[in-house]
Amino acid sequence: MVNMKSILSQMPVSQCSSFFDFIHHTRPELTPAVRWGNGGHASVSMDEMQRNVLSQLSHGTTVLAVKYEKGVVIVGDRRAIEGYQVASRRMEKVFKTDNHSAIAIAGAAGPCLEMAKLFGIELEHYEKLDGVPLSCEGKANRLGQMVKANLPMVIQGLVVIPLFVGFDVKQQQGRIFKYDVTGGKYEETEYHAVGSGGKDARVTIKERFRKNLSQPEVISLALQALLSAAEEDVGTGGPDLFRGIYPTIKIVDAQGVRDVEDADVASQCDQLARTRSERES
Amino acid sequence: MTLPFYVSPEQLMQDKAEYAKKGIAKGRSIVAIEYRDGVLFVADNPSNSLFKISEIYDNIAFSGAGRYSEFESLRKAGIQHADLKGFMYSREDVTARSLANGYSQTLGTIFSQELKPFEVEILLAQIGERPDQTELYRIAFDGMIVHEKEFVAIGGRSDTVVSALRAAGTEDVPDLKTALTRCMKALETATGQHVSLPALEIALLDRTRTGRKFRRIGAEEAGTLLS
Repeated sequence: MVNMKSILSQMPVSQCSSFFDFIHHTRPELTPAVRWGNGGHASVSMDEMQRNVLSQLSHGTTVLAVKYEKGVVIVGDRRAIEGYQVASRRMEKVFKTDNHSAIAIAGAAGPCLEMAKLFGIELEHYEKLDGVPLSCEGKANRLGQMVKANLPMVIQGLVVIPLFVGFDVKQQQGRIFKYDVTGGKYEETEYHAVGSGGKDARVTIKERFRKNLSQPEVISLALQALLSAAEEDVGTGGPDLFRGIYPTIKIVDAQGVRDVEDADVASQCDQLARTRSERES
Repeated sequence: MTLPFYVSPEQLMQDKAEYAKKGIAKGRSIVAIEYRDGVLFVADNPSNSLFKISEIYDNIAFSGAGRYSEFESLRKAGIQHADLKGFMYSREDVTARSLANGYSQTLGTIFSQELKPFEVEILLAQIGERPDQTELYRIAFDGMIVHEKEFVAIGGRSDTVVSALRAAGTEDVPDLKTALTRCMKALETATGQHVSLPALEIALLDRTRTGRKFRRIGAEEAGTLLS
Protein backbone atom coordinates (compact mmCIF):
# COMPACT_ATOMS: atom_id res chain seq x y z
CA MET A 1 0.00 0.00 0.00
CA VAL A 2 1.08 3.55 -0.62
CA ASN A 3 1.87 5.28 2.62
CA MET A 4 0.98 8.97 2.68
CA LYS A 5 3.37 9.75 5.52
CA SER A 6 6.31 8.34 3.63
CA ILE A 7 5.24 10.30 0.58
CA LEU A 8 5.19 13.48 2.63
CA SER A 9 8.67 12.80 3.93
CA GLN A 10 9.81 12.33 0.33
CA MET A 11 8.58 15.74 -0.73
CA PRO A 12 11.91 17.60 -0.77
CA VAL A 13 13.49 14.96 -3.01
CA SER A 14 10.79 14.92 -5.62
CA GLN A 15 9.86 18.57 -5.74
CA CYS A 16 10.77 18.74 -9.42
CA SER A 17 7.27 17.51 -10.41
CA SER A 18 8.55 14.42 -12.22
CA PHE A 19 6.70 11.15 -11.75
CA PHE A 20 9.62 9.19 -13.16
CA ASP A 21 11.99 10.65 -10.54
CA PHE A 22 9.37 10.13 -7.86
CA ILE A 23 9.04 6.40 -8.44
CA HIS A 24 12.80 6.16 -8.91
CA HIS A 25 13.24 7.44 -5.34
CA THR A 26 10.29 5.78 -3.65
CA ARG A 27 9.65 2.58 -5.64
CA PRO A 28 12.81 1.86 -7.65
CA GLU A 29 11.60 -1.65 -8.44
CA LEU A 30 8.89 -0.09 -10.63
CA THR A 31 11.31 1.71 -12.94
CA PRO A 32 12.09 -0.25 -16.09
CA ALA A 33 15.88 0.24 -16.12
CA VAL A 34 16.37 -1.08 -12.60
CA ARG A 35 14.09 -4.05 -13.04
CA TRP A 36 15.40 -5.24 -16.38
CA GLY A 37 18.84 -3.78 -16.55
CA ASN A 38 20.64 -5.21 -13.53
CA GLY A 39 20.14 -2.17 -11.33
CA GLY A 40 21.86 0.12 -13.77
CA HIS A 41 25.07 -1.94 -13.81
CA ALA A 42 24.51 -3.64 -17.09
CA SER A 43 26.81 -6.40 -18.16
CA VAL A 44 27.24 -7.26 -21.82
CA SER A 45 27.97 -10.92 -21.18
CA MET A 46 24.74 -12.82 -21.68
CA ASP A 47 24.34 -16.53 -21.58
CA GLU A 48 22.65 -18.47 -24.33
CA MET A 49 19.32 -18.62 -22.54
CA GLN A 50 19.06 -14.88 -22.30
CA ARG A 51 19.90 -14.60 -25.99
CA ASN A 52 17.11 -16.99 -26.84
CA VAL A 53 14.64 -15.11 -24.71
CA LEU A 54 15.57 -11.83 -26.33
CA SER A 55 15.26 -13.17 -29.85
CA GLN A 56 11.67 -14.10 -29.00
CA LEU A 57 10.69 -10.63 -27.87
CA SER A 58 8.29 -8.68 -30.03
CA HIS A 59 9.79 -6.01 -32.24
CA GLY A 60 9.70 -4.83 -35.83
CA THR A 61 7.53 -1.88 -36.65
CA THR A 62 7.07 1.11 -38.84
CA VAL A 63 5.92 4.34 -37.28
CA LEU A 64 6.12 7.68 -39.03
CA ALA A 65 5.21 11.33 -38.66
CA VAL A 66 4.69 13.93 -41.38
CA LYS A 67 4.02 17.64 -41.03
CA TYR A 68 1.17 19.32 -42.90
CA GLU A 69 -0.24 22.84 -43.08
CA LYS A 70 -1.92 22.79 -39.67
CA GLY A 71 0.15 20.36 -37.62
CA VAL A 72 1.48 16.81 -37.78
CA VAL A 73 0.07 13.37 -38.48
CA ILE A 74 1.53 10.35 -36.75
CA VAL A 75 0.95 6.86 -38.08
CA GLY A 76 1.82 3.37 -36.93
CA ASP A 77 1.25 -0.16 -38.21
CA ARG A 78 -0.39 -2.77 -35.98
CA ARG A 79 1.85 -5.82 -36.26
CA ALA A 80 4.04 -7.26 -33.50
CA ILE A 81 6.37 -10.16 -34.25
CA GLU A 82 8.20 -12.77 -32.21
CA GLY A 83 11.00 -14.23 -34.28
CA TYR A 84 9.34 -15.31 -37.54
CA GLN A 85 5.85 -15.43 -36.02
CA VAL A 86 3.18 -12.75 -35.90
CA ALA A 87 2.63 -12.12 -32.19
CA SER A 88 -0.19 -9.63 -32.54
CA ARG A 89 -2.19 -8.09 -35.38
CA ARG A 90 -3.85 -5.40 -33.33
CA MET A 91 -1.08 -3.80 -31.36
CA GLU A 92 -1.32 -0.06 -30.83
CA LYS A 93 1.98 1.74 -31.23
CA VAL A 94 0.77 5.33 -31.35
CA PHE A 95 -0.41 6.94 -28.13
CA LYS A 96 -1.86 10.28 -27.21
CA THR A 97 0.29 11.53 -24.33
CA ASP A 98 -1.53 14.77 -23.53
CA ASN A 99 -3.75 17.35 -25.22
CA HIS A 100 -1.09 18.49 -27.68
CA SER A 101 1.30 15.60 -28.09
CA ALA A 102 1.54 11.98 -29.14
CA ILE A 103 4.23 9.36 -29.15
CA ALA A 104 4.91 6.35 -31.37
CA ILE A 105 7.39 3.71 -30.35
CA ALA A 106 9.51 1.14 -32.15
CA GLY A 107 11.43 -1.64 -30.44
CA ALA A 108 10.81 -4.43 -27.92
CA ALA A 109 7.05 -4.45 -27.28
CA GLY A 110 6.92 -4.70 -23.48
CA PRO A 111 9.38 -1.92 -22.64
CA CYS A 112 7.90 0.19 -25.46
CA LEU A 113 4.38 0.05 -24.06
CA GLU A 114 5.70 0.75 -20.60
CA MET A 115 7.65 3.80 -21.72
CA ALA A 116 4.63 5.21 -23.57
CA LYS A 117 2.48 4.73 -20.46
CA LEU A 118 5.09 6.19 -18.15
CA PHE A 119 5.64 9.19 -20.42
CA GLY A 120 1.91 9.91 -20.53
CA ILE A 121 1.72 9.83 -16.73
CA GLU A 122 4.86 11.96 -16.53
CA LEU A 123 3.25 14.75 -18.57
CA GLU A 124 -0.06 14.56 -16.70
CA HIS A 125 1.73 14.48 -13.33
CA TYR A 126 3.71 17.61 -14.17
CA GLU A 127 0.60 19.40 -15.41
CA LYS A 128 -1.34 18.59 -12.25
CA LEU A 129 1.47 19.48 -9.82
CA ASP A 130 2.54 22.69 -11.52
CA GLY A 131 -0.86 23.76 -12.79
CA VAL A 132 0.43 24.34 -16.35
CA PRO A 133 1.42 21.84 -19.05
CA LEU A 134 5.07 21.46 -20.04
CA SER A 135 6.27 23.31 -23.14
CA CYS A 136 6.66 21.26 -26.32
CA GLU A 137 10.46 21.49 -26.04
CA GLY A 138 10.23 20.49 -22.37
CA LYS A 139 8.25 17.36 -23.18
CA ALA A 140 10.72 16.38 -25.90
CA ASN A 141 13.70 16.83 -23.55
CA ARG A 142 12.02 14.86 -20.80
CA LEU A 143 11.42 11.96 -23.18
CA GLY A 144 15.11 12.07 -24.14
CA GLN A 145 16.07 11.68 -20.48
CA MET A 146 13.72 8.72 -20.14
CA VAL A 147 15.24 7.05 -23.21
CA LYS A 148 18.67 7.66 -21.72
CA ALA A 149 17.62 6.04 -18.44
CA ASN A 150 16.70 3.01 -20.53
CA LEU A 151 20.31 2.52 -21.73
CA PRO A 152 21.10 -0.47 -19.46
CA MET A 153 18.22 -2.31 -21.11
CA VAL A 154 19.45 -1.39 -24.56
CA ILE A 155 22.75 -3.12 -23.82
CA GLN A 156 20.73 -6.23 -23.04
CA GLY A 157 19.00 -5.91 -26.39
CA LEU A 158 15.74 -4.29 -25.29
CA VAL A 159 15.79 -1.28 -27.56
CA VAL A 160 13.12 1.42 -27.29
CA ILE A 161 13.14 4.14 -29.93
CA PRO A 162 10.36 6.71 -29.70
CA LEU A 163 9.13 9.22 -32.22
CA PHE A 164 7.58 12.24 -30.55
CA VAL A 165 5.24 14.76 -32.13
CA GLY A 166 3.69 17.79 -30.52
CA PHE A 167 1.88 20.95 -31.40
CA ASP A 168 3.91 23.85 -30.06
CA VAL A 169 1.29 26.27 -28.76
CA LYS A 170 3.79 29.12 -28.53
CA GLN A 171 5.22 28.72 -32.03
CA GLN A 172 1.82 27.65 -33.43
CA GLN A 173 3.27 24.77 -35.43
CA GLY A 174 3.62 21.01 -35.30
CA ARG A 175 7.03 19.60 -34.37
CA ILE A 176 8.68 16.19 -34.79
CA PHE A 177 11.47 14.80 -32.60
CA LYS A 178 13.45 11.62 -33.12
CA TYR A 179 15.78 9.93 -30.65
CA ASP A 180 18.73 7.58 -30.58
CA VAL A 181 19.29 4.86 -27.95
CA THR A 182 21.47 7.15 -25.80
CA GLY A 183 18.62 9.64 -25.43
CA GLY A 184 19.96 12.03 -28.05
CA LYS A 185 17.13 14.24 -29.30
CA TYR A 186 17.01 15.50 -32.87
CA GLU A 187 14.31 17.69 -34.31
CA GLU A 188 13.08 16.89 -37.83
CA THR A 189 11.71 19.74 -39.92
CA GLU A 190 9.43 17.83 -42.31
CA TYR A 191 8.95 14.12 -41.64
CA HIS A 192 10.55 11.06 -40.12
CA ALA A 193 9.97 7.31 -39.82
CA VAL A 194 11.51 4.77 -37.42
CA GLY A 195 11.34 1.01 -36.94
CA SER A 196 12.41 -1.93 -39.07
CA GLY A 197 10.49 -0.54 -42.06
CA GLY A 198 11.44 3.05 -41.33
CA LYS A 199 13.87 3.37 -44.20
CA ASP A 200 11.34 2.22 -46.81
CA ALA A 201 8.76 4.61 -45.43
CA ARG A 202 11.23 7.51 -45.46
CA VAL A 203 12.16 6.86 -49.09
CA THR A 204 8.49 6.92 -50.12
CA ILE A 205 7.80 10.13 -48.23
CA LYS A 206 10.95 11.77 -49.61
CA GLU A 207 9.76 11.20 -53.19
CA ARG A 208 6.38 12.82 -52.66
CA PHE A 209 6.68 15.27 -49.80
CA ARG A 210 6.11 18.98 -50.23
CA LYS A 211 5.46 21.76 -47.75
CA ASN A 212 1.93 22.69 -46.59
CA LEU A 213 0.14 19.53 -47.61
CA SER A 214 -3.56 19.50 -46.84
CA GLN A 215 -4.93 17.03 -44.29
CA PRO A 216 -6.33 14.48 -46.82
CA GLU A 217 -3.08 14.71 -48.83
CA VAL A 218 -0.89 14.09 -45.81
CA ILE A 219 -2.99 11.13 -44.67
CA SER A 220 -2.77 9.60 -48.13
CA LEU A 221 1.01 10.16 -48.24
CA ALA A 222 1.50 8.63 -44.79
CA LEU A 223 -0.54 5.57 -45.77
CA GLN A 224 1.42 5.13 -49.01
CA ALA A 225 4.64 5.23 -47.02
CA LEU A 226 3.33 2.68 -44.55
CA LEU A 227 2.15 0.40 -47.37
CA SER A 228 5.55 0.41 -49.06
CA ALA A 229 7.18 -0.33 -45.69
CA ALA A 230 4.73 -3.22 -45.19
CA GLU A 231 5.62 -4.57 -48.64
CA GLU A 232 9.37 -4.55 -48.02
CA ASP A 233 9.60 -5.37 -44.30
CA VAL A 234 8.25 -8.53 -42.63
CA GLY A 235 8.02 -6.78 -39.28
CA THR A 236 5.50 -4.26 -40.59
CA GLY A 237 1.85 -5.08 -41.16
CA GLY A 238 -0.25 -3.46 -43.88
CA PRO A 239 -4.02 -3.00 -43.64
CA ASP A 240 -5.71 -6.32 -42.77
CA LEU A 241 -8.76 -6.34 -45.02
CA PHE A 242 -10.10 -9.69 -43.77
CA ARG A 243 -10.29 -8.63 -40.16
CA GLY A 244 -10.74 -4.93 -40.74
CA ILE A 245 -7.57 -3.90 -38.92
CA TYR A 246 -6.10 -0.65 -40.18
CA PRO A 247 -3.06 1.42 -39.26
CA THR A 248 -3.45 3.90 -36.40
CA ILE A 249 -3.51 7.52 -37.57
CA LYS A 250 -3.56 10.45 -35.18
CA ILE A 251 -3.71 14.12 -36.08
CA VAL A 252 -1.98 16.60 -33.78
CA ASP A 253 -2.84 20.26 -34.31
CA ALA A 254 -4.03 23.39 -32.49
CA GLN A 255 -7.36 21.68 -31.65
CA GLY A 256 -5.58 18.82 -29.91
CA VAL A 257 -4.99 15.16 -30.69
CA ARG A 258 -7.63 13.12 -32.51
CA ASP A 259 -7.91 9.76 -34.25
CA VAL A 260 -8.75 9.35 -37.90
CA GLU A 261 -11.74 6.98 -37.91
CA ASP A 262 -11.18 3.42 -39.12
CA ALA A 263 -13.83 3.91 -41.82
CA ASP A 264 -11.88 6.85 -43.29
CA VAL A 265 -8.61 4.92 -43.16
CA ALA A 266 -10.36 1.97 -44.83
CA SER A 267 -11.66 4.06 -47.73
CA GLN A 268 -8.23 5.69 -48.16
CA CYS A 269 -6.64 2.23 -48.26
CA ASP A 270 -9.19 1.08 -50.85
CA GLN A 271 -8.44 4.14 -52.94
CA LEU A 272 -4.71 3.45 -52.79
CA ALA A 273 -5.20 -0.21 -53.67
CA ARG A 274 -7.32 0.73 -56.70
CA THR A 275 -4.80 3.21 -58.10
CA ARG A 276 -2.11 0.66 -57.51
CA SER A 277 -3.88 -2.17 -59.31
CA GLU A 278 -4.79 0.12 -62.25
CA ARG A 279 -1.12 1.01 -62.58
CA GLU A 280 0.05 -2.57 -62.49
CA SER A 281 -2.55 -4.20 -64.75
CA MET B 1 17.25 19.72 38.68
CA THR B 2 13.90 21.11 37.60
CA LEU B 3 10.97 18.88 36.93
CA PRO B 4 9.36 19.29 33.49
CA PHE B 5 5.89 20.81 33.53
CA TYR B 6 3.13 18.25 33.48
CA VAL B 7 0.40 18.93 30.94
CA SER B 8 -2.50 16.51 30.80
CA PRO B 9 -3.05 14.88 27.38
CA GLU B 10 -6.57 16.24 27.41
CA GLN B 11 -5.34 19.79 27.81
CA LEU B 12 -2.67 19.27 25.16
CA MET B 13 -5.15 18.05 22.55
CA GLN B 14 -7.58 20.80 23.37
CA ASP B 15 -4.88 23.44 22.94
CA LYS B 16 -3.79 21.97 19.65
CA ALA B 17 -7.35 21.77 18.36
CA GLU B 18 -7.99 25.35 19.35
CA TYR B 19 -4.82 26.47 17.62
CA ALA B 20 -5.73 24.65 14.40
CA LYS B 21 -9.33 25.89 14.44
CA LYS B 22 -8.16 29.47 14.88
CA GLY B 23 -5.86 29.17 11.90
CA ILE B 24 -8.58 27.73 9.69
CA ALA B 25 -11.19 30.26 10.81
CA LYS B 26 -8.98 33.08 9.52
CA GLY B 27 -9.23 31.75 5.95
CA ARG B 28 -11.98 32.09 3.38
CA SER B 29 -14.57 29.44 2.56
CA ILE B 30 -14.74 26.87 -0.21
CA VAL B 31 -17.88 25.04 -1.23
CA ALA B 32 -18.57 22.00 -3.36
CA ILE B 33 -22.05 21.12 -4.55
CA GLU B 34 -23.48 18.31 -6.65
CA TYR B 35 -25.08 19.47 -9.88
CA ARG B 36 -26.72 17.51 -12.67
CA ASP B 37 -23.51 16.56 -14.51
CA GLY B 38 -21.06 16.28 -11.60
CA VAL B 39 -19.63 18.44 -8.84
CA LEU B 40 -19.14 22.20 -8.82
CA PHE B 41 -16.40 23.80 -6.68
CA VAL B 42 -16.49 27.47 -5.76
CA ALA B 43 -13.75 29.08 -3.69
CA ASP B 44 -13.54 32.61 -2.40
CA ASN B 45 -10.06 33.23 -3.82
CA PRO B 46 -8.96 36.54 -5.38
CA SER B 47 -5.69 35.06 -6.70
CA ASN B 48 -5.81 33.58 -10.18
CA SER B 49 -2.55 31.69 -9.88
CA LEU B 50 -2.44 30.31 -6.33
CA PHE B 51 -5.23 27.81 -6.61
CA LYS B 52 -7.22 26.22 -3.80
CA ILE B 53 -9.01 23.75 -6.06
CA SER B 54 -7.06 21.20 -8.02
CA GLU B 55 -7.29 18.07 -10.10
CA ILE B 56 -6.01 14.91 -8.43
CA TYR B 57 -6.97 12.24 -10.94
CA ASP B 58 -9.35 11.50 -13.81
CA ASN B 59 -12.51 11.93 -11.74
CA ILE B 60 -11.18 13.19 -8.39
CA ALA B 61 -10.72 16.80 -7.32
CA PHE B 62 -9.16 18.30 -4.21
CA SER B 63 -9.66 21.49 -2.35
CA GLY B 64 -7.85 22.81 0.70
CA ALA B 65 -8.56 25.59 3.17
CA GLY B 66 -6.27 27.07 5.79
CA ARG B 67 -2.51 27.42 5.55
CA TYR B 68 -1.45 27.36 1.90
CA SER B 69 1.93 25.66 2.32
CA GLU B 70 0.35 22.85 4.31
CA PHE B 71 -2.56 21.99 2.03
CA GLU B 72 -0.30 22.43 -0.99
CA SER B 73 2.02 19.70 0.31
CA LEU B 74 -1.02 17.49 0.97
CA ARG B 75 -2.28 18.18 -2.55
CA LYS B 76 1.05 17.16 -4.06
CA ALA B 77 1.22 14.03 -1.93
CA GLY B 78 -2.30 13.19 -3.08
CA ILE B 79 -1.38 13.51 -6.76
CA GLN B 80 1.70 11.34 -6.22
CA HIS B 81 -0.38 8.76 -4.36
CA ALA B 82 -3.01 8.70 -7.11
CA ASP B 83 -0.58 8.58 -10.04
CA LEU B 84 1.49 5.86 -8.38
CA LYS B 85 -1.59 3.78 -7.66
CA GLY B 86 -2.92 4.26 -11.18
CA PHE B 87 0.47 3.23 -12.60
CA MET B 88 0.83 0.16 -10.39
CA TYR B 89 -2.74 -1.10 -10.74
CA SER B 90 -5.19 0.55 -13.12
CA ARG B 91 -6.74 3.98 -13.57
CA GLU B 92 -10.11 2.80 -12.28
CA ASP B 93 -8.53 1.61 -9.01
CA VAL B 94 -7.74 5.15 -7.91
CA THR B 95 -10.53 6.16 -5.54
CA ALA B 96 -11.35 9.18 -3.42
CA ARG B 97 -12.12 6.84 -0.53
CA SER B 98 -8.57 5.52 -0.36
CA LEU B 99 -7.17 9.03 -0.76
CA ALA B 100 -9.43 10.34 1.99
CA ASN B 101 -8.22 7.53 4.24
CA GLY B 102 -4.63 8.44 3.46
CA TYR B 103 -5.24 12.10 4.28
CA SER B 104 -7.05 11.12 7.43
CA GLN B 105 -4.12 8.94 8.57
CA THR B 106 -1.55 11.60 7.76
CA LEU B 107 -3.43 14.46 9.43
CA GLY B 108 -4.28 12.29 12.44
CA THR B 109 -0.64 11.34 12.96
CA ILE B 110 0.55 14.91 12.56
CA PHE B 111 -2.11 16.14 14.97
CA SER B 112 -1.21 13.70 17.73
CA GLN B 113 2.57 13.52 17.29
CA GLU B 114 3.79 16.88 16.10
CA LEU B 115 4.09 19.97 18.24
CA LYS B 116 2.22 22.09 15.71
CA PRO B 117 -0.85 20.57 14.05
CA PHE B 118 -1.70 21.29 10.39
CA GLU B 119 -4.12 24.21 10.11
CA VAL B 120 -5.99 22.78 7.17
CA GLU B 121 -9.28 21.34 6.09
CA ILE B 122 -9.49 19.14 3.01
CA LEU B 123 -12.36 18.50 0.65
CA LEU B 124 -12.29 15.58 -1.77
CA ALA B 125 -14.84 14.83 -4.48
CA GLN B 126 -15.17 11.96 -6.86
CA ILE B 127 -17.72 11.47 -9.63
CA GLY B 128 -18.75 8.25 -11.32
CA GLU B 129 -20.67 7.30 -14.44
CA ARG B 130 -23.99 7.83 -12.67
CA PRO B 131 -25.10 10.70 -10.41
CA ASP B 132 -25.60 8.36 -7.43
CA GLN B 133 -21.90 7.42 -7.52
CA THR B 134 -20.76 10.88 -6.46
CA GLU B 135 -18.71 10.95 -3.25
CA LEU B 136 -17.87 13.99 -1.16
CA TYR B 137 -15.43 13.83 1.77
CA ARG B 138 -14.41 16.46 4.29
CA ILE B 139 -11.26 15.79 6.31
CA ALA B 140 -10.61 17.95 9.36
CA PHE B 141 -7.24 19.06 10.81
CA ASP B 142 -7.21 16.15 13.30
CA GLY B 143 -7.90 13.52 10.65
CA MET B 144 -11.63 13.29 11.28
CA ILE B 145 -13.30 12.23 8.06
CA VAL B 146 -16.91 12.91 7.10
CA HIS B 147 -18.76 11.53 4.09
CA GLU B 148 -21.10 14.31 2.95
CA LYS B 149 -24.13 14.38 0.65
CA GLU B 150 -25.28 17.03 -1.84
CA PHE B 151 -22.94 19.80 -0.71
CA VAL B 152 -20.04 20.47 1.63
CA ALA B 153 -18.16 23.57 2.78
CA ILE B 154 -14.75 24.01 4.38
CA GLY B 155 -12.68 26.92 5.68
CA GLY B 156 -13.65 29.90 7.82
CA ARG B 157 -17.41 30.35 8.35
CA SER B 158 -18.15 27.04 6.69
CA ASP B 159 -21.11 26.53 9.08
CA THR B 160 -22.80 29.69 7.78
CA VAL B 161 -22.22 28.57 4.19
CA VAL B 162 -23.75 25.16 4.88
CA SER B 163 -26.83 26.58 6.56
CA ALA B 164 -27.30 29.10 3.74
CA LEU B 165 -27.13 26.26 1.21
CA ARG B 166 -29.56 24.18 3.24
CA ALA B 167 -31.97 27.11 3.29
CA ALA B 168 -31.66 27.48 -0.50
CA GLY B 169 -33.43 24.16 -0.95
CA THR B 170 -32.10 20.71 -1.64
CA GLU B 171 -35.14 18.86 -2.92
CA ASP B 172 -33.68 18.30 -6.39
CA VAL B 173 -30.23 18.15 -7.99
CA PRO B 174 -29.74 21.63 -9.49
CA ASP B 175 -28.41 22.42 -12.95
CA LEU B 176 -25.05 24.19 -13.24
CA LYS B 177 -26.47 27.72 -13.31
CA THR B 178 -28.66 27.19 -10.24
CA ALA B 179 -25.82 25.47 -8.39
CA LEU B 180 -23.44 28.36 -9.08
CA THR B 181 -26.02 30.94 -8.04
CA ARG B 182 -26.71 29.06 -4.79
CA CYS B 183 -23.00 28.82 -3.98
CA MET B 184 -22.41 32.50 -4.64
CA LYS B 185 -25.38 33.47 -2.48
CA ALA B 186 -24.15 31.20 0.32
CA LEU B 187 -20.66 32.73 0.15
CA GLU B 188 -22.22 36.21 0.22
CA THR B 189 -24.20 35.31 3.33
CA ALA B 190 -21.04 34.04 5.00
CA THR B 191 -18.83 37.01 4.17
CA GLY B 192 -21.59 39.60 4.45
CA GLN B 193 -20.38 41.34 1.29
CA HIS B 194 -20.99 41.18 -2.44
CA VAL B 195 -19.07 38.39 -4.19
CA SER B 196 -17.82 39.25 -7.67
CA LEU B 197 -16.94 36.62 -10.28
CA PRO B 198 -13.26 37.63 -10.74
CA ALA B 199 -12.74 37.08 -7.01
CA LEU B 200 -13.95 33.49 -7.27
CA GLU B 201 -12.14 30.34 -8.26
CA ILE B 202 -14.57 28.01 -10.02
CA ALA B 203 -13.94 24.45 -11.19
CA LEU B 204 -15.96 21.41 -12.25
CA LEU B 205 -15.82 17.67 -12.23
CA ASP B 206 -17.88 17.20 -15.35
CA ARG B 207 -19.28 13.74 -16.11
CA THR B 208 -19.94 14.64 -19.76
CA ARG B 209 -16.21 15.08 -20.53
CA THR B 210 -14.15 12.20 -21.86
CA GLY B 211 -10.93 11.24 -20.06
CA ARG B 212 -9.99 13.75 -17.40
CA LYS B 213 -13.17 15.24 -15.95
CA PHE B 214 -11.68 18.26 -14.16
CA ARG B 215 -12.09 21.67 -15.73
CA ARG B 216 -11.62 25.25 -14.52
CA ILE B 217 -14.18 27.91 -15.34
CA GLY B 218 -12.90 31.46 -15.85
CA ALA B 219 -14.77 34.58 -14.77
CA GLU B 220 -15.81 35.28 -18.36
CA GLU B 221 -17.33 31.84 -18.91
CA ALA B 222 -19.05 32.00 -15.52
CA GLY B 223 -20.50 35.38 -16.53
CA THR B 224 -22.04 33.95 -19.72
CA LEU B 225 -23.30 30.99 -17.76
CA LEU B 226 -25.14 33.19 -15.26
CA SER B 227 -26.58 35.65 -17.79
